[in-house]
Amino acid sequence: MPAGVRFATMSLPLLLGLPMLLLAVGVYAIAAAQRPEGGRQVYGIALFACVVLLALALGHLLAGRAPTTLTLPLGLPWLGAHFRLDALAAFFLIVVNLGGAVASLFALGYGQHERAPERVLPFFPAFLAGMNLVLLADDAFTFLFAWEFMSLSSWALVMAHHQEPANARAGYLYLVMACFGTLALLLAFGLLAGPDGGYGFAAIRAGTTSPGFAALVLVLTLLGAGSKAGLVPLHVWLPLAHPAAPSHVSALMSGVMTKVAVYGFIRIVFDLLGEPALWWWGGLVLALGGITAVLGVLYALMQHDLKRLLAYHTVENIGIIFIGLGLALAFQANQMYASAALALTAALFHVLNHSLFKSLLFLGTGAVLTATGERDMERLGGLIHPMPWTALAFLIGSAAISALPPLNGFVSEWLTFQAILISPELPQWLLKFLVPAVGALLALSAALAATCFVKAFGITFLGRPRSPAAAGAVETDRYSLSALFVLAALCLLAGILPGLVVDGLAPVVSLLNGGARLMAQHDRPWLTLVPVVDVKSTYNGLLVLLFMTLSGFTAAFLIHRLASNAARRGPAWDCGFPDANPAFQYTAGSFAQPIRRVFGSIVFQARERVMMPPPGDLRPARFEVKLRDPVWERGYAPVAHAVVALSSRFNYLQYLTIRRYLSLVFGALVVLLLGMVLWR
Amino acid sequence: MALIADYLVQGCQMLLILLLAPLLTGWVRAVKARLLRRRGPSVLQPYRDLSKLLRKEVVLADSASWLFRVAPYLIFAALWVAAALVPTFASGLLFSWTADLIAIVALLGTARFFLALAGLDVGTSFGGIGSSREMMIASLAEPAMLMMVFTLSLLAGTTELSSVARFMLTAEVGLRVSLALALLALVMVAIAENARIPVDNPATHLELTMVHEAMVLEYSGRHLALIELSASLKLLLYLSLLGCIFAPWGMATAGAGPVAYLGGAAIYVAKLALGGLLLALFETSIAKMRVFRVDQFLGAALMLGLLGALLLFVSRSL
Repeated sequence: MPAGVRFATMSLPLLLGLPMLLLAVGVYAIAAAQRPEGGRQVYGIALFACVVLLALALGHLLAGRAPTTLTLPLGLPWLGAHFRLDALAAFFLIVVNLGGAVASLFALGYGQHERAPERVLPFFPAFLAGMNLVLLADDAFTFLFAWEFMSLSSWALVMAHHQEPANARAGYLYLVMACFGTLALLLAFGLLAGPDGGYGFAAIRAGTTSPGFAALVLVLTLLGAGSKAGLVPLHVWLPLAHPAAPSHVSALMSGVMTKVAVYGFIRIVFDLLGEPALWWWGGLVLALGGITAVLGVLYALMQHDLKRLLAYHTVENIGIIFIGLGLALAFQANQMYASAALALTAALFHVLNHSLFKSLLFLGTGAVLTATGERDMERLGGLIHPMPWTALAFLIGSAAISALPPLNGFVSEWLTFQAILISPELPQWLLKFLVPAVGALLALSAALAATCFVKAFGITFLGRPRSPAAAGAVETDRYSLSALFVLAALCLLAGILPGLVVDGLAPVVSLLNGGARLMAQHDRPWLTLVPVVDVKSTYNGLLVLLFMTLSGFTAAFLIHRLASNAARRGPAWDCGFPDANPAFQYTAGSFAQPIRRVFGSIVFQARERVMMPPPGDLRPARFEVKLRDPVWERGYAPVAHAVVALSSRFNYLQYLTIRRYLSLVFGALVVLLLGMVLWR
Repeated sequence: MALIADYLVQGCQMLLILLLAPLLTGWVRAVKARLLRRRGPSVLQPYRDLSKLLRKEVVLADSASWLFRVAPYLIFAALWVAAALVPTFASGLLFSWTADLIAIVALLGTARFFLALAGLDVGTSFGGIGSSREMMIASLAEPAMLMMVFTLSLLAGTTELSSVARFMLTAEVGLRVSLALALLALVMVAIAENARIPVDNPATHLELTMVHEAMVLEYSGRHLALIELSASLKLLLYLSLLGCIFAPWGMATAGAGPVAYLGGAAIYVAKLALGGLLLALFETSIAKMRVFRVDQFLGAALMLGLLGALLLFVSRSL
């Protein structure tokens, strides 16, 4: 047997063995959590498992191997547990385990500061195992089981610090939304399986779904996967739950678990549903994506809690990913597979990119949290002085997420723009109007993202410290720093060598797109990215970086050599204003004020009020900002009120006498029997 | 041999824009002074300012970090590369495919990102107000610019500038509503992005709009020189962009030979002079607006750009 084949048949059992190892570590952690070296052991083994999984998945994807399957006698007795490794699963395994490995590496240092390790250590490896199993599942039962396992283990991590009331509320909301999402997915799989109950993915793929049911499956999948990913208006739990967990878990939830949700959407809509995509599906997903992108970043701009800002910003990036997916659906519905390949590549590239920089930013926030104990930006500032390396890594992440060349975020947004620019060929009129509007929303969200991260980095790391905690910060430990710089380096690499990433994505794209993919990029001169030949639009991150470095360094060298290199320190000028107090600096709230006034007054009905005491009164003046969350107030609050009102209306049913209960039972029986009679 | 010549021409373009940028700023200032019936400094004054600033020592605020010292070089590099990627005297140069118009817009974004961070670095209220407002203006100007790019790309079938310029010279372009809208949007964005009246005042930081000049208030010496040079480069970039897209006449093609290049350069300088003249005329004939009028101004630009793109999505002949 040749080595390659033996490896291929071996890789799936090995891939399945590692999540089992992670589960075993989770069980072991229950005992080990109290010991001082327990954290190191658990995170070390998790790191090892993730790296091996990453290597195996990378090998599968890059070697372009055929899908392998495996059935274990677990789960439903007549079904068994089916597992399958194909290009799509391999790509998402890479995303998940890259994030998992880096989070584990970070936690080797960060986990030492955990107050309640017994609430984190057992669930962290279990969470990783759950996400891996979702990707490998090949039947509906295994998929949903792993999905719920992932949800519940992450819920336990969200509740790690449950004494804080905000966290308990976040956990409750998360649980409700996770149950709702799984219910929607359960119904979707029920429709896909059909009356014969073919729950294996192979059977679902082979069967056909009528157009009406297919549309229903799409909507249910949007509800189920979309609520996990954070599509507006299902995002409400996300910005509460993600920040509540310890920072390395926040990185996993925001950077990685949302990608598992995207995987669920892609698997069901692009793979299991098969051919019959209708054009309005693409329109629906596209519109949702555009709204999600802009609303997500506007929400993020209004936050001054660093972790919550990042969590809201995840919502924006999910919107960008869904814009790409919606375009791909619209193209596929019109048999334009070459264009669909571009849109899919853009979406998948952004999946990878977002997992890199969002993990980086959450881990950086974790480092800040360890150093200062603060995540409120109004009490931070000036951290670039005590924490120069963390600041550098956070800066790279901020620039990457703001889609600045030559980093990676720009490449995926550029590809999405190119996909939008080839879409006037779409024949449907609604799409013709929708696509440029979504393009404008995407452009707006990209520009607002830059504003958001000038605020996030500038207020946290620059300026002068706004509290004693920020002034007394020290640089974080080496494990954490190495995790940060692994991610920062990957952000840069994916930005300057995008052609290689696009080639790596090609098997996934052709799997989802009826065999069509983008042409090979690795043999282009200077590794230039050329998505479509006859469009002639090209981008070369490597050369942009090279030119910028050359011109920047030449300028610095010449100026220092020929003109002057003298520098002197002095007090800040500030137009001659003696500005001794750090409270005079711009704050997060004041930085966002112009945006709040321009956009927030429409979206959030933002109102500002200054309360000046009358002359002679020595009380300080007060400034008040009121924001209203339109999604919560219009969508969720009425539902919550209705549930409360109904349950209080029926509350008296708890205090009846036994006679009344008996008559209620009798009445119910009569009604049911009558129903039976009338039904026949 | 041909390759070396190509490298040389590309290098000439980079040097040309670097040398012309302060002259353009000086020219606009001189014309404005004449229009205000002042004598004004010579058009060469920006060069003198730059060389003086370059030789002075830098005074850094106590709270300034390494970012504050690196940012001027980064901003300069990003803007120089972006400006050098816009075709000036010739189209289709050696590295013209490195970045398309979307990437050039994003490079401007990179420069702006670091400039805004530098404004926040020292931790003064002036820097903060400048950064915050600059980002508010950019958050509307950048999408407006991208909508203009959409319009162009839908017509020309590409976002690469040399190909766009070549396409604009062909007969099939004609007069189009969408192009008029795109031109209007680009001019409005250019005014806002270059901190010009009526959005901002390049001559002072002591006004109620306080945007660009407030942001760079703490810079001195060689750092300030680089920031000023970058601002000049940005103005040059926008005028070259307007010239290359909406007035591509007289541009040499790649490999046309030195005579054609010289002719192209002469025409390019003439275009810049005309653009600077119009800018100065416009600036002297209009009053500055309140800072919270700027969003309406730029919102109009965004809507014009979107309208242009929408028209083309509906019909390629509009």
